[in-house]
Order: sequence, then C-alpha cells, then structure tokens
Amino acid sequence: MFKDIFKDTSVRILITFMVVLCVSASLVLPEWMQNNFLYGLSRGLAVLGLMLLWRTNLISFGHALYYGFGAYAVALSQKYFGITDILLRFAIAVIAAGVLGFMLGFILKKYREIFFAMLSLAFSMVLYGLLAKAEFLGSTDGMSISPSTLLGMELTREYLLFLIAFFVICTAVSIQAYLRSTLGHLTTAISDNEIRVEYLGFSVEKAIHIKYVISACLAGGAGGLMAASLGQVDPDSMVNWNVSGELVFITIMSGSGNILAPFIGAIVFEFIRTYAFEWAPQAWQMIVGGTLLAIIFFFPGGIWSVLEKIFNQGKKKNVK
Amino acid sequence: MSSNIVLEVSDLNKSFSGITAAHNLNVSIKKGEIVGIIGANGAGKTVFVNMITGYLKPTSGKIEFLGSDITGIEPRDATHIGLCRSFQISQVFMTMTVKENLMIAMSLAKKSGNKLLKPFQDEVISNECDKILDLYKIKDQKDLTVSTLSQGIRKLLDISMAVVGNPKVILLDEPTSGVSVEEKFGIMDIVISALKQTGTSVLFVEHDMEIVERYVDRVIAFYQGEIICDAPPKEALSNEKVIEYVLGH
Repeated sequence: MFKDIFKDTSVRILITFMVVLCVSASLVLPEWMQNNFLYGLSRGLAVLGLMLLWRTNLISFGHALYYGFGAYAVALSQKYFGITDILLRFAIAVIAAGVLGFMLGFILKKYREIFFAMLSLAFSMVLYGLLAKAEFLGSTDGMSISPSTLLGMELTREYLLFLIAFFVICTAVSIQAYLRSTLGHLTTAISDNEIRVEYLGFSVEKAIHIKYVISACLAGGAGGLMAASLGQVDPDSMVNWNVSGELVFITIMSGSGNILAPFIGAIVFEFIRTYAFEWAPQAWQMIVGGTLLAIIFFFPGGIWSVLEKIFNQGKKKNVK
Repeated sequence: MSSNIVLEVSDLNKSFSGITAAHNLNVSIKKGEIVGIIGANGAGKTVFVNMITGYLKPTSGKIEFLGSDITGIEPRDATHIGLCRSFQISQVFMTMTVKENLMIAMSLAKKSGNKLLKPFQDEVISNECDKILDLYKIKDQKDLTVSTLSQGIRKLLDISMAVVGNPKVILLDEPTSGVSVEEKFGIMDIVISALKQTGTSVLFVEHDMEIVERYVDRVIAFYQGEIICDAPPKEALSNEKVIEYVLGH
C-alpha cells in the first residue's frame, strides 16, 4: 500500500508545507496565528474525510456527529480514566468515531444524494439532543479538558502544533496511499457508474461502507485534536448542525483535487473567520458566506484549483 | 446436466405486478456456443439476460451454471463465477481513459482482499490490459477519455471489460445498438473472434438479423415473454411464428 509513497508529488508537497508551516509558526508568528493553524489543521482532517466522500458524490451534512463524538470521547477518557496523553487521545477519538461510523454505515451505505446527506444530519442531531440533555456530560455547558501531555510531559502550544502536524502528515499520507490503491480508484469509478462496478465483481455498498468508516475516523480524530487544542467540548461548538455546515463549507472551498487542499482550506477558513469577526462582529457570517459564493462562482474547483493554475502557469514559464 | 452444458435455465418465470415478462423459459447453452436472442421490443429478451446475470430475481424457476444452482445470484457473484455481461447502453466509466477503465476491471478480476490496497498502477496488469486493448483493436484510443469516444469504441470497451476475468459465459445485450452501419460488422468480427479464441459461450441479444445470420450457431426467438423458436439460424429465421411475430413480415 505504501510502496513508493514518498516519491508521490502530493505527499512531498504536503510534508514540505507542514514543515514550513510549523517552523514559521513556532519561530515568528504570534500566538493567535498559531491557534488558527492548530484549529485549521485539526479541522482539516474532518474535511479530508468529507473530501473522500465527495469524490464518490456523497455529501454528509452531519459529520459533526463524528467530530463531536471524537471530542467527547477525549473528554470522557479524561474524566473516567485520567487520560491526557495526546497520542492516546487521538487514538481514542479515531477508534470511537470509527466504531460509530461502522455501525451507522450499515444504514447509510444504502442511501445516495440528498437522502444520504439528510440522514447523516438526522443522526448528528440525535447526538446533539442527547448531549444537550445529558447532565453528566455537562449538558449545554459541556466539559473542560486539561492540557495534553506526551509521555507525562505537558505540551506547550508550539509542541502541540508540531504533534498535530505529525498526525496530519501520517493520516494524509495513509489517505493518499489509499487513493492510489485499486480500492481508492473505485472512488471515482463508483461516482461514474455503480452498475459497472457491481458487474466487475465488487460490492458498491462495501466500498462506500469502507470509505464512510475512514471518513468517520478522520472526523473523530479531528474532533479529538480540536478538543485538545481548545480545552473545552460542548454540543454547540462540536455537534450542532452549523458545525457540519462549516465542514461542508470548507470542503467546497478547498476543492477535492489533492490531499493538501482540505488543510489549506481549513486554515484559510480560520483566517477569514478571524478577520471577518474583527472587521464586522455583527455581520461576520455575511463575509464568510460572500467568500463561499465568490469561490463557487469564480473558482468552482475550490482553492486547490487556483493553486494548481498558478503552479501550472509557473511551470509553463519555466519551460519557455 | 450434460458435461458439455454450461448454462441451463428451467421453467423460469418473471412477473411485474401481475404482468408476465417471462413465462416458462427453458434454455441450455453448450460450451463455446454462440446463441442469438431475438424478439420485438418488450418480448422479454433483456429480462431474460437480467435474470441470468442477477440484475432481476426470477419469480420462479431455476438457473444452473456449471451444475450449480445460481437462481437469484447477486450480479457481483455472477461475475466471480464466470458469468459476465455487457450492456445495451455501454456501462463504462465516462470520466476515465480507456486504459483506466480496463485497468479497474482487470484489477478487480485479479485482486481481492488486502491486494486491493496495493497501488493501482501495476506493470503486470498494465501489460495484460495492453494485450486486451490490442485484441479488441482499441489500443490507439487507450489514453483518451471515454466521454470523447464514439459509441462503437465504447461498446468494444464495455465488452472488453466484461471479458477480463475470462468468463465461461458472456451475455451481450445488443452489442451493435447505437453503432453506425459501417462499424457494426467490424465490431462483431473483433468481438466474436476474440471470444472464440477463449472458448467462451456467448448469448447476445440482437435486432439486426444480418448480424444474427452471420455470427450465431443457434437462435432463440422471444415473443411476449415466451420462447417461440429455438433452432439454427436458417431454420429459425424461416419459422412462420418468427416471421410473423419477430421479423414482422
């Protein structure tokens, strides 16, 4: 699966980007920017999961279900087992969301288009309702999370950023290996022609189920890292429908062309939101919405398509 | 079941909300035999093909393949046991190139389980695909996106994708529909000679009697969900019922 993966251009670009980002963020950038990178990279994992589904023409309006589930799994593991280690937190969030995704996948794999999207939303709203009512989970106030540790040592913001970037690299490289595989290529094949895939001897539902679980794991991992970065989980900022909406928003804004796209998109989103809130605290959503409209109208392939154009133009100039 | 018979259909029935689409169908296909299925629109030809390949479940009756009961089998399982099909409207991956289409088909035929996680670009598979592209005379178009190609090339690709797993029986649903008059014999020459090389039994649904006369060993004529004639081509095409109900003379 991982044969020659580090010769892959996308993987090389991803690793270079992460190294440059982490080094510059820890050496020269202010703390608020570091925070934006932390949140952007964490959320980018969930967007990567949505991008995988999108490549099969599936849009989930309820991925906050796994995002929140991963976050609450981290909070509960601390409350009941005292777990603060970032590696364990990430693993717990991924596994918890993966198990939930595996179970719900049996239902969702049968649906397509708007039915898939709305059913996902319905499941996420059920979890939201349960969390908002559950007093032992802090109800609408949520739960606080203590700072993460690594092998017993407390992590500074810079180290947390490095570790999250490391998780992102490992995960995104694995996803790229998956996309390069035969199973990954079925992604496009299924969106093209489900009947043909079945008659080639592979179960479309099985392929979608696998992909859905991967996507859930990514969203869970994202939620776990976000919880560790924020130090707080609550239903409104983790599971509510607007969180799912934001993830879909970033997916469209990023484009589905590359594994790096979701992380760039998620970081850009954090900055747009920060500046929009700074300039127009009462109408920041209008700026964010306007940005999405501009991207849909002028760059339907998302931010990645713009970067690709710039890169290709640069290559042409070099050839001349 | 005789050892020479690969596919046997007994008393097969299919009805949709009380409307009979197939009534007491009994057919057996020998190894390497080429059988033409003819009939007017709505006669039950495609329903028959769909039942054999698992797209439709029969209301009653039995389908045996190499001695095993496969009635109501899932399409993907039919493919696994060597019962493949092509479609009236080519079912290919339109956004991919010809070679990518065939590589997906070949990879799924050759790999299973964890091997599906191995890189898609595989030299062995790529070389085997080139041979098939050569056999079906579509090698020149291998790097072109399917959506830009003619119906004839898509048909050939559709059929070549169905044969990569070396099926024992292949069902071709109107292999020359939507294909220009100039292309149709060329396509059938390529397909039939390729399938004869592998000893594959062929059942193909066809409206064009020139094609039927030229390529098949046997003709099965359908009318209102029933088989009205099962005989060699000359005999079948001069049969009174076939002339009246199928040829419309």
